[in-house]
Amino acid sequence: MPDWVSVDLAIQASYLVTAFLFIVGLKRMSSPVTARSGILWAGAGMAVATLITFLYPGMSNYGLILPAMLVGAALAWWSGRRVAVTNMPQMIALYNGMGGGAAAAIAAVELYRGESVGYASSTLAVAGGIIGAISFSGSAIAFGKLQGLITRSVRFSGQQFLNLLLLVAALGLGALVATQVNGTFAVVTGLFALALLLGITMTLPIGGADMPVVISLYNALTGLAVAFEGFVLNNAAMIIAGTVVGSAGTLLTQLMAKAMNRSLGNVLFSGFGDTGAAATGTVTGSLKPIEASDAGVMMAFASKVIVVPGYGMAVAQAQHKVWELVQLLIDRGVSVRFAIHPVAGRMPGHMNVLLAEAGVPYDLIADLDEINAEFDTADVALVIGANDVVNPVARTDKSSPIYGMPILNVDKAKNVIVVKRGQGAGFSGIENALFYLDNTRMLYGDAQKAVAELIQAIKAV
Amino acid sequence: MTGIVALYIFMLAAFTGYEVISRVPVILHTPLMSGSNFVHGIVLVGAMVALGGAHTTLEKTIGVIGVLLAAGNAVGGYVVTERMLEMFKASGARAGAAKRTH
Repeated sequence: MPDWVSVDLAIQASYLVTAFLFIVGLKRMSSPVTARSGILWAGAGMAVATLITFLYPGMSNYGLILPAMLVGAALAWWSGRRVAVTNMPQMIALYNGMGGGAAAAIAAVELYRGESVGYASSTLAVAGGIIGAISFSGSAIAFGKLQGLITRSVRFSGQQFLNLLLLVAALGLGALVATQVNGTFAVVTGLFALALLLGITMTLPIGGADMPVVISLYNALTGLAVAFEGFVLNNAAMIIAGTVVGSAGTLLTQLMAKAMNRSLGNVLFSGFGDTGAAATGTVTGSLKPIEASDAGVMMAFASKVIVVPGYGMAVAQAQHKVWELVQLLIDRGVSVRFAIHPVAGRMPGHMNVLLAEAGVPYDLIADLDEINAEFDTADVALVIGANDVVNPVARTDKSSPIYGMPILNVDKAKNVIVVKRGQGAGFSGIENALFYLDNTRMLYGDAQKAVAELIQAIKAV
Repeated sequence: MTGIVALYIFMLAAFTGYEVISRVPVILHTPLMSGSNFVHGIVLVGAMVALGGAHTTLEKTIGVIGVLLAAGNAVGGYVVTERMLEMFKASGARAGAAKRTH
């Protein structure tokens, strides 16, 4: 018979170590220099907590725990290893939803058991269960949208009212369960069904462009759900880790929404994300095409070039070619920097990850505040597959939906070359005034192919 | 752990999370989101305890789903974050390894 008092002490001490390792890990992940080691610290914390939990007093069902763990871990390992960097945002959504689902499952086990555990505990179990279930189904929809499995954004009148109704109904059933007036099988099941449905109806109307903010929000919500279930299970590691993620995730969500010039309420309730707002204002001038050979010469003899990559580059998987092009220019003595808009790509920082994957050192990469003053002195600004984030309309046209969004001042460069697949408008459906400026030339074609042609042109100089 | 102690933990952890993330450069937003996604994979511990204490078939079934999902959260979160952060290198660090194409 093991000594349960000392086992319990060992478990508590291990959870303390885990909480410490998580916080140090996250802290290290918030600086590019130490970021890599951060995940190792956090990973060590997870390993410690998982192993010690096998010793938890009164545990049984090891024959179920081990296989379930191994299957879940193996599937996630396999999918996480093989996913392309471009598709990582939706995988984050998927794994996050799994965490929310697990929190809801813990709540379900506690609530179906229906033992009287006190109001505080049962209220937190219900709250964590609802939040976890919303995060689970909502993240699944977000995954489907980014993966291209769900292409339409379903909207109908009274949708917000329906969501409100679902929320009120879920909270009502939750109150019944939490106050232990009625904790029957049917009521608990109804509670989770409503919460799952709410996650779906909340996420379906939100457009693809806003998905990063939504994923970040669900990430914070999952953290909160985990913290609540931690209270129920009296588990300090879950409370600390869940709360840290909940508050850090909330801040991160705000930062993302701010970078997109949207409020969180706007993202969740207005459904602008892909409505394709009508083009406003008249654009004067014409689109002036340029051949890759001429564009190549222009860059080869420039003294300063700023590259502005956007989602079009990511879609075309052109980041390796772009880095090859930039290396050629650097070898010729041209000063080159990358300018990254906060929401370039699919998430803030996504473009940095894509460029890092291609081998671009992070000190060549500048963010908006850092680089915007430099466009005045640049000979060439090369825009590759970016659109709305370089549209000067955001500075000038008050009637534009993107008015006030911080943009890269590409139009201030002496020459602008825009690599673009076709003549269509950007993600928001807004006509881009940059393309019509006198100093702008359009290089049409798939980013991968166009950049390859530029490389040939520069080599031929 | 009494309720009030739990509230203290909750409050201090909330401030810690906020402090750790504030002043983070934009380039790390996605990796950090992925990293915090991994950290709430600690729900695995709770799912193990829930399944470990399950008695009826219903509880066991839900418990198994919980552990499966939680393990996916933890491992998937780790793998994706690690792959992202692996790519962050300064130009000094890769001077020797840089592959120049001519």
